[in-house]
Amino acid sequence: MSQGEAGATCLVVDDSRVVRKAARRILEKHGFSVREAENGQEALAACREALPDSVLLDWNMPVMDGLQFLQAARREFGPDRPVVVFCTTEGAMDRIVTALESGAQEYVMKPFDEEILRDKFVQAGLLQQDDAA
Amino acid sequence: MSPDGFAFIAGLVKSRSGLVLTPDKQYMLDTRLGPILKKEGLASLDALALKLREPRAVALAEAVTEALTTNESSFFRDGKPFEHLKRVLPQLAAARPPGSTLRVWSAACSTGQEAYSIAMLAQELGAELAGRKLEIYGTDISHEVLARAREGYYTQFEVQRGLPARLMVKYFQQEAGRWRVNPALRAMARFEHLNLLAEFRHLGRFDVIFCRNVLIYFDSPTKTRVLHALADRLAPDGVLYLGGAETVLGLTDQLVALPAERGAYEHRRPVAKAG
Repeated sequence: MSQGEAGATCLVVDDSRVVRKAARRILEKHGFSVREAENGQEALAACREALPDSVLLDWNMPVMDGLQFLQAARREFGPDRPVVVFCTTEGAMDRIVTALESGAQEYVMKPFDEEILRDKFVQAGLLQQDDAA
Repeated sequence: MSPDGFAFIAGLVKSRSGLVLTPDKQYMLDTRLGPILKKEGLASLDALALKLREPRAVALAEAVTEALTTNESSFFRDGKPFEHLKRVLPQLAAARPPGSTLRVWSAACSTGQEAYSIAMLAQELGAELAGRKLEIYGTDISHEVLARAREGYYTQFEVQRGLPARLMVKYFQQEAGRWRVNPALRAMARFEHLNLLAEFRHLGRFDVIFCRNVLIYFDSPTKTRVLHALADRLAPDGVLYLGGAETVLGLTDQLVALPAERGAYEHRRPVAKAG
């Protein structure tokens, strides 16, 4: 099993409680300490309170969407932290390019499973490659 | 299914592919041969075994072998060999005369993820290859996976396995919900049918060979035979990559592991005489 750095933190931002719960289960299994937010505005507040190592970010949410959050977070916290992994039903090429150009490190198209989330976190440098793989 | 039926199918698959099916692998027959039973209108695996005994059942035998030897794959699988390859390719390029082509073989290439990962890696290296071209040769025992590899289409699930988003948007095109490797990358790779138990000297020499997670399915004599044949195809300064659970130890002394590089092997060098 690949493991995150000891005590690595992830903020899961999604307006669906079901998705947050599924993501939390996978991330905790890989050693992350997880917090949750329901939209971009809550996520920004959570980042100001304590900046997480990573953010798993939905795109379409009420109040403030994922892209608005990303842009605000990059202005406020810089390009490298937190590492942002989009996780959204938006699967069109131009959307993915927009997200990457706006400073997201990785992009997951829903639906996702544990393997995909793990792979993407490895690519974003948040998890070590499974040594036994 | 009956022990007889299992033994017959296992024997058939071993003779055609080298894959060793021990009785604890019965579940593989259950899960993988279901679609064939349905297509052939057969009620059970025993009925399939019976039909396979008919002399005309060659196509069916091939379909059964393919179904049991196909493995799921992901891009840049296991990571480490590709990190190593990234350092090795520029060295190999520098060691070759200008205008030459580096040849890479993805043996047991399945649906092409490994071959296209190598192609992307070479593209990313760009000028570091000093103008040397890269030719990737993918082979597999399954015609079905080869057709898919040639087309270069991947589902949304497949394209997310192991592939960084940055490389996905750079090297893939989106076509009606699927993702397709771009023409430049497809032009770097050729996919041909090959059984690793058959003669393959006609393929020529390779600078790099990937043969990962194939040997684990063979018995020891077959492993040795295939390793010798692979070593014979590997350039004197070339690199062979095996799967993480595979080794050459006790199988051949023609190849040795590269120090501190798990899964990477090279020709044994002549031992320098002690001065």
